Amino acid sequence: MNSSRRTVLKGTGGAAVLGLAMVAGLFKPGSAWAEWNKAAFEVKTLNDAVKAMGGSQASESKDITIQSPDIAENGAVVPFTIASKIPKTEAMALLVEKNPNILAANFSIPDGTEPWVNTRVKMGQTSNVIALVKADGKYYYASKEVKVTLGGCGG
Amino acid sequence: MADPMKIRAAMAGDKVEVKVLMSHEMETGQRKDAKGATIPAWFIQNVTATHNGRTVLSAEWGPAVAKNPFLSFRFAGGKPGDKVIITWVDNKGDKRTDEATIS
Repeated sequence: MNSSRRTVLKGTGGAAVLGLAMVAGLFKPGSAWAEWNKAAFEVKTLNDAVKAMGGSQASESKDITIQSPDIAENGAVVPFTIASKIPKTEAMALLVEKNPNILAANFSIPDGTEPWVNTRVKMGQTSNVIALVKADGKYYYASKEVKVTLGGCGG
Repeated sequence: MADPMKIRAAMAGDKVEVKVLMSHEMETGQRKDAKGATIPAWFIQNVTATHNGRTVLSAEWGPAVAKNPFLSFRFAGGKPGDKVIITWVDNKGDKRTDEATIS
C-alpha cells in the first residue's frame, strides 16, 4: 500500500467537494428566494439557533402546539404538526435536540397564511423536539419528547 | 431532473389547504457507504409556494427533513380554479417547479 497515493486521493476528494460548494455558491437562486441560513443549520443548541436567526433568547409558551406520535417506530420518517396561537407569528421552526444539527426546518409565515405546518423529519434517537416561533420580533418555544425505536440518521 | 411533485390544493373552509409530496433523496451527509466513505449531503434547502404572484409560504430546510419530503400548510385568499405554484432548490442548485389548481 502506497501511503502517499492515499494522501493524494484524499486531497483531490477534498478539492472536489470545495469545487461543488463553490458552484453551489455561484448558482445561488434569484433574489426572490430567501437565503439559506447556513449558520442556523450548523448549531447544536436552541439558544445558538435563536442567535443564528438574529434573536437573543426564546421563552417557553403554551400557545405553541406540537402534534406527533409519542413513540416513533421509524426515526427516518417522523410526522410533526406545529401550530402557533401567538399573534403576529412570522416564522416557525422545528428543531430536534439530539440530531447532529438541531435545526431541521424553518418556515416563514406571511400574512394570510395560517401558523400551522405539517411535515416529516428524521430523528437519530429519542429526543426532545422543539417548535420555535418568531412572533412580532420575539422568539417563543415549546418542546415535546419523542421516543425513537429505530434511528433515522445512521448508516 | 427530479421527478415531479405531487401537489393537492383544496378549499378547507375559507382557507386553502395545500399538501405537497416531493421526490428527493434528502441525503444527510452523515451516512457512509459500504466502503466507509461518507455519502455527500444532498437535500432541498429552499421551498417557496406562491399564489397569484404572492408568496404564501417559504421554507429553509436542513438535511434532517425526511426523504421524499411531505409538507402541508393553509393560506387564506385563494379560491377554486386559482393556481398554487411550488418551487424547491437543493444544495446542488437543482430546482423543480410544479403547480396545482385549487379544487
